[in-house]
Amino acid sequence: MTESPVTVYEPAAANPDAGVAPKTPPRRALGSSPLVLGTIGLLALVLLFEILPRLEILPSQFFPTSSEIGAALIDQLGQPDFWAALLDTIYGWALGLLIAAVAGVVLGIVIGSSHFLRELTASTIEFLRPIPSVALIPLAVLLFGTAIESKLLLVIYASFWPVLIQVLYGVQDVDPVAQDTARAYRFDFWARIRYVTWPTALPYIMTGLRLSAAVALILAVTSELVIGNPGLGNRLAVAQSSGAIEATYALVVVSGILGVIVNLVFRYIERRTLSWHPSQRAEVAL
Amino acid sequence: MAFLRRFGFALGLPLVLFALWWVTSANSTNFYFPPLSLILDSLVAEWFGPRLADDVLPSLMRLAAGYAIAAVVGITLGVLIGTYKRLRDLLEPVLEFFRAIPPPVIVPILMLIFGIENTMKIVVIAFGCMWPILLNTAEGVRAVDSVLSDTARTYRISGAARLRYLILPSASPQMAAGLRQGLSVAIILMVISELFAASDGLGFAIVQAQRSFAIPEMWAGMIMLGLLGFLLSLLFRLVENRWLAWYHGLRRAQRAG
Amino acid sequence: MLEVNGVKKVYEGKSRTVEAVRNLTFTLQEGEFACLVGPSGSGKTTLLKIMSGLLDPTEGEVLLNGKKVDGPPPGMAIVFQEYGRSLFPWMSVRDNVELPLKQKKVAAARRKELVDESIAAVGLADVHSAYPWQLSGGMQQRVAIARAIAYEPQVLLMDEPFAAVDAQTRADLEDLVRDLWHRFQVTTLFVTHDIDESVYLGQRVIVLSSSPTVIRDDVAIDLPDERNQLHTRSSPRFAELRARVFEQIHRPKEETPGAVDPHAPAVIGQN
Repeated sequence: MTESPVTVYEPAAANPDAGVAPKTPPRRALGSSPLVLGTIGLLALVLLFEILPRLEILPSQFFPTSSEIGAALIDQLGQPDFWAALLDTIYGWALGLLIAAVAGVVLGIVIGSSHFLRELTASTIEFLRPIPSVALIPLAVLLFGTAIESKLLLVIYASFWPVLIQVLYGVQDVDPVAQDTARAYRFDFWARIRYVTWPTALPYIMTGLRLSAAVALILAVTSELVIGNPGLGNRLAVAQSSGAIEATYALVVVSGILGVIVNLVFRYIERRTLSWHPSQRAEVAL
Repeated sequence: MAFLRRFGFALGLPLVLFALWWVTSANSTNFYFPPLSLILDSLVAEWFGPRLADDVLPSLMRLAAGYAIAAVVGITLGVLIGTYKRLRDLLEPVLEFFRAIPPPVIVPILMLIFGIENTMKIVVIAFGCMWPILLNTAEGVRAVDSVLSDTARTYRISGAARLRYLILPSASPQMAAGLRQGLSVAIILMVISELFAASDGLGFAIVQAQRSFAIPEMWAGMIMLGLLGFLLSLLFRLVENRWLAWYHGLRRAQRAG
Repeated sequence: MLEVNGVKKVYEGKSRTVEAVRNLTFTLQEGEFACLVGPSGSGKTTLLKIMSGLLDPTEGEVLLNGKKVDGPPPGMAIVFQEYGRSLFPWMSVRDNVELPLKQKKVAAARRKELVDESIAAVGLADVHSAYPWQLSGGMQQRVAIARAIAYEPQVLLMDEPFAAVDAQTRADLEDLVRDLWHRFQVTTLFVTHDIDESVYLGQRVIVLSSSPTVIRDDVAIDLPDERNQLHTRSSPRFAELRARVFEQIHRPKEETPGAVDPHAPAVIGQN
């Protein structure tokens, strides 16, 4: 780390961890690669859920075995209703996220570009943001019942804030020199947004989107579960109340897999946008 | 003068919005949107009256219990997982999966196991908000600076002292980020856990008001919940600013330099 | 008192093997002030980490007072180049200096004495309650030096401690280090890539080649003990010593067949 970066010889510079735990390649390939270990971890989880209920260490009355959950999952996959519910959830999630993202980006850029607006709205944003979106549930039920609008209301409210906050950070991060240069070359307002503000804010927007996507999924499923909009959450509530415990677990697994996919996809997109962006930065803590 | 200006900016928009709500709703005959004055009457009479002890307090107690359990378990496991690379590799996909499960979906399952009493609600809150705390702590522990770590080693700071003087403080900014995320999840779960089956609590009371069409009271309950969310996040920020004063100072110094 | 015997370090990478340090042997005497100078990319940092027990050598051993070093030994302190990363940012200057002493179980009264003395010795008495990041780079490095001094080490290792500070601060810190060495009589090994600095500071300069590192020369610095940035550096003897070290560093490598590591042909090719 102390030597100049051009040298090819200082292994400590190339890899600061190399000295801490010098591992030989063959050993790593055999038993300790993250992929292998991670797979072992997942298998162990499945195995535990198979054995513990069988031995009644976990009461089998409440904990079906992995194979029972697996069978219920396969059963679900064969039902058209399941796919309809999955699509309902994804549709509500995607539409809500889209509306929240567009609103968050537009408002974020408008507010962020003006010092006056930023100061004017700061306290209001700070007040509204921490209001838990579930506070809106009674209102959503009254106004929309179980129509998709009630789900959208919750999803949009919850996923709007992460995008807005990140965009505000992003717009403030614009290099003042770049801003002055743009002004000096008489870029108009739109050109400044297009060529200066937008590229700087883009990685922040992606971070906001990743956070929002996860929150939106939580609220979509929650809304279905609590309000009863059609979707995975509702299906889960029905399964539980009819005592189909294996199906309940299977649907929890499905919602978890859906969540993992959403996280992976948005993390990938975020990394893609960050890869060309020069400013590597820590995630702005929300 | 500068103070007045800041004051004006901070209060300006909220006051305008409040006034707007007051005026537009003053003669409202819409059943769902009662006059703000009625809502505020109910807020004072009900929510700052008997319901404070009957509903708000039980909710807050459960929130505190669940959050505390999640913090202790999440930080402990996070430190372990962040310290041992093998353990991290082993558990990472499992943790990613648990984190990705929308926490409210475990409510139906936990209801089966723990019934509908306080235990279930506390477990729901603890289970749901543990993941962001755990994962952020692990990330913070993993990212301890190598030079700082070498420094500690050369001065033979090891074991408990290493944990206390190096690992925990070094991971504390990330830990705080996890705790902050966890807090908002915890509030959501506090409400959700009371919606299914409960005899008291903020979420229970609000839904009760909505079902019995006590609309001003429902609005007042929503405002109460909003206030609570706001106050808790304010409290968190105050604590964090004291706790991580060094970190915010360091960041400012780095940005300036 | 500190012996380096045939130390060799080979890094096993995924695709290639890099020999960072090859067969180094030298000894530091009690109370000696030696400088280790080598070009950027010589395994200086690797060697220092091995000497301090942070890194295991592939071959050879390091002995401190006849005892093999296999982990950071007691009685050894290091000052790293990265002052911003070697101080605990959540602790005040004072706490940073005091922490190692607490670990050493030094009694509170003696601890206070040592901390006060060393902080005053580096000229930071009036900022002892500040956080490190509130100080300039040079001042932060003074804190790291104070921490090392307060620890009362038998050996003080310094890894290019002034590479990241400006020239004026650097000159001040060089004189500070000499002054502290006089006062506390601690055996010091100072690693640098700056030839002038190595000649100016110590009693002896060990010249390293580029990687894989071998010792090129071991030069006794016979400059008068009383040194001064202006006069010492302009003296004819300083120029001679400087030239000697310079020549040794820039002398091309004799490519004797034995010097080529059969395991690392790619590395030789990229040189």
